[in-house]
Amino acid sequence: MGNCCCGGNCQDARLKEILEQYKGMDGVLIPVLQKAQELQGYLPEKTLRTIADYFDMPYSEVYGVATFYAQFRLIPSGQNVIKVCTGTACHVRGGQKILDRVCSELNIKPGETSADGKFSLEPVACLGACGLAPVMMINDSTFGRLTPAKVSEILAKY
Amino acid sequence: MIIKTAEDLKKVKEEALDEATARINDGTQIMVGMGTCGIAAGARDVMAKIMEEVGKRNLKVAITWTGCIGMCEKEVLVDVIRPDSKRITYGNVTPQVVQRIITEHVINGNIVEDYVVGKLDK
Amino acid sequence: MQIYRGHVLVCAGTGCVSSGSRKVKAEMEKQLEAFKLEQEIKVVETGCHGFCEMGPIVIVYPEGIFYCQVKSEDVKEIVEEHLLKGRPVKRLMFKDRITEEMVPHYNDIDFYKKQNRIVLRNCGFINPENIKEYIARGGYEALAKALTEMTPEQVIEEVKASGLRGRGGGGFPTGLKWGFARAAKGDKKYVICNADEGDPGAFMDRSILEGDPHALIEGMAIAGYAIGADEGYIYVRAEYPLAIKRLKIAIAQAHEMGLLGEDIFRSGFNFKLNIKEGAGAFVCGEETALIASIEGRRGEPRVRPPFPANKGLWGKPSNVNNVETFANVSKIIAKGSQWYASMGTEKSKGTKVFALTGKVKNTGLAEVTMGLTLREIIFDIGGGIINNKKFKAVQIGGPSGGCIPEELLDLPIDYDSLIQAGAMMGSGGLVVMDEDTCMVELARFFLNFTQLESCGKCTPCREGTKIMLDILERITKGEGKEGDIELLQSLAETIKSTALCGLGQTAPNPVLATLRYFRDEYEAHIKEKRCPAGVCSALTSYTILEDKCKGCTACARVCPVQAISGEVKKPHKIDSSKCIRCGACMETCKFSAIIKK
Repeated sequence: MGNCCCGGNCQDARLKEILEQYKGMDGVLIPVLQKAQELQGYLPEKTLRTIADYFDMPYSEVYGVATFYAQFRLIPSGQNVIKVCTGTACHVRGGQKILDRVCSELNIKPGETSADGKFSLEPVACLGACGLAPVMMINDSTFGRLTPAKVSEILAKY
Repeated sequence: MIIKTAEDLKKVKEEALDEATARINDGTQIMVGMGTCGIAAGARDVMAKIMEEVGKRNLKVAITWTGCIGMCEKEVLVDVIRPDSKRITYGNVTPQVVQRIITEHVINGNIVEDYVVGKLDK
Repeated sequence: MQIYRGHVLVCAGTGCVSSGSRKVKAEMEKQLEAFKLEQEIKVVETGCHGFCEMGPIVIVYPEGIFYCQVKSEDVKEIVEEHLLKGRPVKRLMFKDRITEEMVPHYNDIDFYKKQNRIVLRNCGFINPENIKEYIARGGYEALAKALTEMTPEQVIEEVKASGLRGRGGGGFPTGLKWGFARAAKGDKKYVICNADEGDPGAFMDRSILEGDPHALIEGMAIAGYAIGADEGYIYVRAEYPLAIKRLKIAIAQAHEMGLLGEDIFRSGFNFKLNIKEGAGAFVCGEETALIASIEGRRGEPRVRPPFPANKGLWGKPSNVNNVETFANVSKIIAKGSQWYASMGTEKSKGTKVFALTGKVKNTGLAEVTMGLTLREIIFDIGGGIINNKKFKAVQIGGPSGGCIPEELLDLPIDYDSLIQAGAMMGSGGLVVMDEDTCMVELARFFLNFTQLESCGKCTPCREGTKIMLDILERITKGEGKEGDIELLQSLAETIKSTALCGLGQTAPNPVLATLRYFRDEYEAHIKEKRCPAGVCSALTSYTILEDKCKGCTACARVCPVQAISGEVKKPHKIDSSKCIRCGACMETCKFSAIIKK
């Protein structure tokens, strides 16, 4: 948003729009958090507080929901999000070695973001592509039938 | 359209079945020999005519195609397979003959004997 | 109306899309135009065929020729040779694993032959984004029949008589459950579909959602009529974006045609459907946790009773079933309970979809009649073990289930036989393991999963699974002690009988099952500090065989920690103090000179 002309308040305004869509409806906290996260890529404390105030909920309740579900991030992610499947089918076909290779290539641990901010790594339970195990996703692309060597090749392309 | 009765549903189903005949079919099959020799002898025109006739008359017929059958001098070859009867192979088929095959054999079940080159038990 | 002589079905399920089916479809359309066949041949995007390993899959009708692992470069040949000249392309057909012969037809492939596809009847055959294709296959006839010819009580009786049991794990009789919700008093009731397929290794629900979404919608509408609900929720994992997209399209189309909405089939019955996206929590597969999550709260289970049938969503009577259960309903109503009950074993009727994965040759979805044996599923449908290694065990029911060893392979599968064997049907994940799998490490893997997913509400699950996991981690690191096995067993029994919900109650199952059948492996780890399968890295080491090493330096180059040294063309050495046991060297070596002990 290099050409922003509203004094940096764009995101606030857009968050407001999201909140208004759900005004007066029941059970909307999870969809609101999902939409808010799409906006910024993560959920900073300020956003959580705005949501709590708007729906007149205790902050603890919003924080409690945001930390309960794996989908929500409270810290910013890297430019590219790598999800390595650690489901059973991938595990028995060597998923751990794939995860290890990603860690050693990027020099980070699961859940961390690389020093240059380029990648963050999230192990996930199952991507539902077990036929292609072991599998990982980078952003929206799925890579299947992996070997540690293939991982290095794929990462080099980003 | 809005479906309000079981009859409405049936109408939509029939329409949808027509569009899906190539996949959902247990009735008559017409097979055209589309080997190099068949194409050279005009199989593509024959195929086009069959599709036109079948579409025009709204018949539930699967149109398939196969490679060279091995009687190249009798191309274009067309097979008609009706449920519960022999597989009939026609030879030297032209678009004009297609019309007879469709009206006489496919619709009414009378084999067009003039053009038959083979009869096979399925 | 446009008649097409041929239909080319391109699979657009998640598996095939990952393998590149979008490109194949684009190329197919381009080539059909180039050969002027676009008026004769139609390209249809379908859902998952369940044979993801072989993707992208392309099927040509009317002949039903099955092409697998099709790349966009292959498309021109299919169009020119097969679609234009009628000569199917042999090299792209499925090759039988045993006879090595090409199998041209879909129905002749061993993987499909022993299957009985009722739930998956439309998956891979129709375009899921076109409601008319579902109707062409008899879709919504069951809804019409239920609404115009049957009372809600008759619908419930029919489902009871069919013997259908919940396909999500517990196996509770579906008709009975509907009866409870019908009997509950309330002005407002809900039908809820659990599509939060969190069990790693299971993806049948995803395939139904992506490949035949109307089957779910029709089943839910029938359930709504039966229990007296006018609204339904589908709770789907956010990790299934394609499924969510197709469901949204299907719901909109059903509304347009009046199959959802008000006064359906002029019966006075109203029904609408909402989609709720989950946010990633395994425990939400438990029905009370799922309801809490729809309400926008933390997905924590609560004590039952009251059951959701009496006090469910927003405190109203609700009925929760999973995707596969609902997908069975329309067929039962259309063809009758007798037909359905004629299939299966005494107490488990109909079919079950299994997700066959792991070290098996044909991975994918297999829908089989209840009572088939594990051997038939793994060896006939699955084609046996990869690289012809030795079968060791199969894990059934995911992290809540258990493993079944070779001596029980001839067990006919149903809900009850599996419980007796120490496993459970669960959602139907079948993960096959060969001799290279360490059963202790596997138990640790499952417990690690349930431990992470434990919501923390009740103590037995939160603390108990943590302690069990600590013990298992010690054992796999070679730090096991005398008495560990007994401690694991007593913890497991306590957690099973005291945890609040299904997640905790079943979490110890993988440990108990591996202890029951593979106790010797635990003992080897604890007493001999040895991992018989050579998996636990703390108990294994890599060595280079001097006589086989050619000194090509390939291993030294791939080693991520520079633990391998040596001169070119001379045998290399591994420094075991530096080695992290990643195995990269062994995979790279072309001379089999590196061994693992």
